[in-house]
Amino acid sequence: MIMVELRKMLRRRRTWVTIALLDALPTLVAVLLATTNLGPQPGTGPAFLSAVLSNGNLFPAAALAIVLPLFLPVAVAVVAGDAVAGEAQAGTLRYLLIRPVGRTRLLVAKLVSVVAFTLIAVVVVAVTAYFVGTHLFGSAPLPTVSGGPTLSPAQATLRTGLAILYVGLSMLGVAAVALLLSTFVDSPLAATLGALAVLIASTVLLTLDAAHALNPYLPTRYWLAFVDLFRQPILWRDLVRGVALQVVYVGVLLLAAWANFTTKDVTS
Amino acid sequence: MSDSVILTRALTKRFGSLTAVDAVDLDVRPGDIYGFLGPNGSGKTTTVRMLLGLVLATSGSVELLGEPVPRRAKRALGRVGALVEGPAAYGDLSGRANLTLADAAGPGGPRPTRKRRVDEALERVGLSEVGRRPVKAYSLGMRQRLGLAAALLRRPELLVLDEPTNGLDPQGIHEVRALLIELNAAGTTVFLSSHLLAEVEQVCGRIGVLDEGRLVLQDDVAALRAPTGNTVVSTPDADRAVSLLDGRVAARDGDRLVVRGPEPADLNALLVGEGIRVTELILERRTLEEIVLGITGPGSDRVDGRAAR
Repeated sequence: MIMVELRKMLRRRRTWVTIALLDALPTLVAVLLATTNLGPQPGTGPAFLSAVLSNGNLFPAAALAIVLPLFLPVAVAVVAGDAVAGEAQAGTLRYLLIRPVGRTRLLVAKLVSVVAFTLIAVVVVAVTAYFVGTHLFGSAPLPTVSGGPTLSPAQATLRTGLAILYVGLSMLGVAAVALLLSTFVDSPLAATLGALAVLIASTVLLTLDAAHALNPYLPTRYWLAFVDLFRQPILWRDLVRGVALQVVYVGVLLLAAWANFTTKDVTS
Repeated sequence: MSDSVILTRALTKRFGSLTAVDAVDLDVRPGDIYGFLGPNGSGKTTTVRMLLGLVLATSGSVELLGEPVPRRAKRALGRVGALVEGPAAYGDLSGRANLTLADAAGPGGPRPTRKRRVDEALERVGLSEVGRRPVKAYSLGMRQRLGLAAALLRRPELLVLDEPTNGLDPQGIHEVRALLIELNAAGTTVFLSSHLLAEVEQVCGRIGVLDEGRLVLQDDVAALRAPTGNTVVSTPDADRAVSLLDGRVAARDGDRLVVRGPEPADLNALLVGEGIRVTELILERRTLEEIVLGITGPGSDRVDGRAAR
């Protein structure tokens, strides 16, 4: 069943259009930077961008920082929100279940397919950004964010890999919200928008002093902590909290999704 | 365990305060073509969904091919093919691709023979030359055929079909009917949910009738349609016949009389002996329509107050 879901996801044109669009924004940013040579002042604008002009090796991390706040969560929420509700709306859910595909198995297969999509999207963004970056800006040993000693190529690759995994996990949190909502409603649009509403609420609360007590528990709180992977030495504090927070969110939400989906009447 | 293919006991489903299905005891036996009838909103679809484990019963039990549903539904469902409330498929993919995915999704279908199973199912429903067109370009009838093909994919022992001729032209309806009779002759039990009484009358050996969630009738069609004991006589000399038979005429419609009483042969002899010409003389049998309409109320889509009895 997992293979069937992966095949369905990879065969859909929407998957590849979404990934292409995700790639377009960082590429556009790179081209604009390269042609105008106008980088943001250090400390302003998206992370890493000020340093990219002198070093294209840093562009994968910069590209992740560009798509992370909005583009990537939207893409993930669309795919995950569609997972169950899309089948319900098309009427194919009932035929899958009587084939029969167990409800738990179907949910797991959907989850795997969403995770695969997220990883493919993040990796494609990073790899494209690497080629675009090194091509447009040239490459140099990777400097660290805090201006310490430079990273060796092996270290740089490893840390970019870790960054990809961290961003992937953060997006899994988004996917879990959308998947849970997707088991409740028969409209994929409602599930996607619901998940995005959660993210927007979290972002708004983060900027609010009055919500300070909630801060450490907001799902988007540690998203940008992957920047700390490029410090020397790595600043683990926020990264560890970010991973722990996402793991709890993902665990609880998926459990709720499973509990709901395995006991609900499928009337679509 | 029982010999029945579908056996429900006091099957009940409540949605909030609405009782959609009320203590239904279905009994479908091997080899039946079972017609499941009832007005719109009488609970047919909810019942079918409970049989297949899609909707969970509030109380009561379902046994499908001897397995309790939903507890061990997976073991039974692999031997069941179903069409529930219209076909559904992935619109971007071709019919063949849809069937291939469906075959891969379920248990048991070995990969090397997958293409053969898909081809066979498409051929069965007359879609073998359909090519690579995506399903969204299919006509309603083609979609219906594709849905049937998906139901037939595993050579099921039991077919559960909800309005299988929906959207088909008379030719298509005839084909589906022939297909069902052929499959049944080869040993497939068919559970046919429909509100087309004529369709059910032509193929079904047993019927169950649902009205407002309750099973109000379950019997063999042959028994239901047994002669009523009356004889229908058509005669151009109707007035003379009425006065001759004196009180035994139960109903009269122009030249057509319904006569209570004697054997048709005796009645014929009596009439002819009196010089009354007879153009037609047959045993009265009730049609399925008369039977069903006699015991069911108006459907729930009628909202002028007459639905509330």
